[in-house]
Amino acid sequence: MAEAVVELQGVVKRFNVGQPNETEVLHGIDLVLARGEFCAVMGPSGSGKSTLLNIVGLLDRPTGGRLRIAGRDTHDLDDGALTRLRGHEIGFVFQYHHLISAFTACENVMMPLLGAGEFPDAAMRRRAEELLGRVGLSAWRDKLPGHLSGGQQQRVAVARALAMGPALLLADEPTGNLDTQSAATVFDLLREVNREQGMAVLFVTHNADLAARCDRTVQVVDGRLQGGAAAHAVA
Amino acid sequence: MNRLQPFEWIVALRFLREGRLQTVFIVSGIAIGVGVIVFMSALLSGLQSNFVRRVLTAQPHIQLLPPKEVARALGPGPGLARDAIEDALVQQPLQRLKSIDQWQAIVAQIGTMAGVRVVSPQADGSALAVRGDASRSVSVSGVEPALYFRIVDLPSKVVAGAATLGSTDVVIGTELASDLGVEVGDKLRLSSASGVVQVLTVTGLVDLGNKGANQRAAYMALHTAQGLLGLTGGVSSIGVTVDDVYAAERVAQRITAATGIEADSWIATNAQFFSAVSAQTTANTTIRFFVALSVAFGIASVLVVSVVQKSREIGILRAMGISRGQILRVFLLQGGLLGLAGSLVGSALAMVALVLWQRYALNADGTPMFVLTMEPTLFALALALATLTGLGAAFAPALRAARLDPVVAIRG
Repeated sequence: MAEAVVELQGVVKRFNVGQPNETEVLHGIDLVLARGEFCAVMGPSGSGKSTLLNIVGLLDRPTGGRLRIAGRDTHDLDDGALTRLRGHEIGFVFQYHHLISAFTACENVMMPLLGAGEFPDAAMRRRAEELLGRVGLSAWRDKLPGHLSGGQQQRVAVARALAMGPALLLADEPTGNLDTQSAATVFDLLREVNREQGMAVLFVTHNADLAARCDRTVQVVDGRLQGGAAAHAVA
Repeated sequence: MNRLQPFEWIVALRFLREGRLQTVFIVSGIAIGVGVIVFMSALLSGLQSNFVRRVLTAQPHIQLLPPKEVARALGPGPGLARDAIEDALVQQPLQRLKSIDQWQAIVAQIGTMAGVRVVSPQADGSALAVRGDASRSVSVSGVEPALYFRIVDLPSKVVAGAATLGSTDVVIGTELASDLGVEVGDKLRLSSASGVVQVLTVTGLVDLGNKGANQRAAYMALHTAQGLLGLTGGVSSIGVTVDDVYAAERVAQRITAATGIEADSWIATNAQFFSAVSAQTTANTTIRFFVALSVAFGIASVLVVSVVQKSREIGILRAMGISRGQILRVFLLQGGLLGLAGSLVGSALAMVALVLWQRYALNADGTPMFVLTMEPTLFALALALATLTGLGAAFAPALRAARLDPVVAIRG
C-alpha cells in the first residue's frame, strides 16, 4: 500500500458550538488518500465539500476526530506549526484562481517560496519560470493577473500550488468557472502533474465527466461520505 | 523584486504601489502635517535663539548689585520687655548709589567658580550731558574695556569712531549724539547729581539696536565713571558671563550663596519672555499632538480600507503558508513606510517654506527678521516620530489582517 498523505478518522465539524444554532456539518468522516492518488469529491451544494477541503487543507480545525497530513497528527499542532505544514505539504487551487493582483504571473508563482523565507534570487525565478513553462505560460510570465484570461490565471494558480513541491494538492472546483476547453486544459494539467510528481490530489467538482477520469470518486451527502469510498485501500 | 528584500518588504511595497492614488493622498496628508510641525518648530526655535542672542549680546548673563538699603524699627528701649515692639512708622529709605562692599575680593572669588567665563566690574549711574543750551540725561556705564567688551561686543556696534575708552573718553549712543549735535572728536560736558563735572571727548558712536538705549548710552572708563558718580574706588554692579547661558540661574544662585550678594540672572530678569516661550511651546506641542493624531488616523483609515480590499488576497497568502506574523509585519511596514515617505516629503516642504520665510520675511532695512537654523536633529526627529506614528497607527489594521480567518477571507 502506498504511503498515506491524508488520513481522516471520524472527523466531525460543528459550527457555533455551545450556541442555540449549533450545527454539525460533517458527521464522522473517514478518508484515506495515498500518495499519487487523484480523488474526485462530488456532492450537492451545501453538503460539506468545502468544509471537508478546508479541514484537510488545515485552514480550519475539526471539532472531533483525527487528521493526519503527510504522516503528522495535526491535533496538537499550534497555528504556527499548522501554517508551516500547510505551506510545505499542501498546494491550493481555488475556483476563482485568486492570484495576487499586484504581482506578475511569475511573481505569483514565487510567492510561496518567498513566504517560506527565501530571497528572490535567480534560482527562485528559474524555478517559477519552469513551472510557468510546465503550464504553458512562459510567454505570459511578466503579465499581471488582470491581463490574463480566466483559464490562464487558473493555470498560473496551478503553477503556484506546485511551487513548494507539495505532497497534496487541493483543488476546490478549479474548473467551475471556466469554459469547457479551458476546464479540460486545467484538468489535464492537474492529471499530468499528479502522474509526473506523484502528489495526491483531492479534486472537488460538479462535473461527472471529469470525476470519471479520476482514480476514484467520493460523494459527500449531508456531511457523510457515501458510496463505500470512505476508507480506500490503494494498491 | 529586489534580491535583498524579504517577503514582508516586497509585499508591503507592492501593495502601496498598487494602491497608488490612496498612497499619494495619504503621503500628501502626512507631508502637510509633518511640514507644519517642522516649520513651526524651526520658527519657534529660531525666535527663541534670536531673542536669546539679542538679549545676551547687550547685557551680562548675571548681574550682581549691592544690597538695597532697608529701614527697620529700633529694638526695645530701656525698661521695655525684650520682645516688645515699638509702635514706629518705618519709611522706605532712599536708594543712594553705593558700592559693592569688598568688590575686588568678590570679583576674584567669582572668577574662580566653575562655569564662569568673564567677570566685569562696573560703575553705573546717571548724569546730565550738556552741550550749549541742550542737555540730556544719560546712563553712565563705567567699564573696564578689556573685560566688558567680552560681555558686550561694543566695538561691533560702533558706527562712527572707535570704542576707545581712555580716561577722558566717552562713547555715546547715536541718538544722543544727534540730540546734542556732537560728532566724534567733540567735547561733551557731563555733570552728576553730586555736582562733579567732567568734560570728555567723544571717541565713538554706537548703535545698540534700540532707540531708547541709543538716546541714553554713555560708556567711559571705570575710573572716569567712579570719579563722576562719586564712587571713588567702588563699583555699583558686577557683570558675569557663563559658559552655558541656560545654566545662568543656577550659577547666579551659587554666586549668591557664596558671596551673599544678590545675583540676578538674565533668565530671572526676562521671566515674561520665558513665560511667553513656555506658552508658545505648549501651544506648539498641542498642535503637534493633534497633527500627529490626525496623521495617525489617516494612516489607520487607509490601512483599514486596504485590509478590507485585500482580505481575499490575505486569505490566499495564509493558505500558501504565510504566517500571521508575516501578515502583521506586511501591514505594519506599510504604516511605517507611509509615515517615513510622508515625513521625507513634509521635511522637504518645510525646508522650502523656511527658505522662503528667510527670503521674504524681512525687516524694514531688508535684513531677515531673524535667522532660522535648519537643525538636522529636528528633521531626524520628525522622520523618526512620523515613522513611529505610522507603525503605531498601522497596528490595529495589521492585527485585524493577521487575525483574518483564511476560510472566511477566501470565501469573501
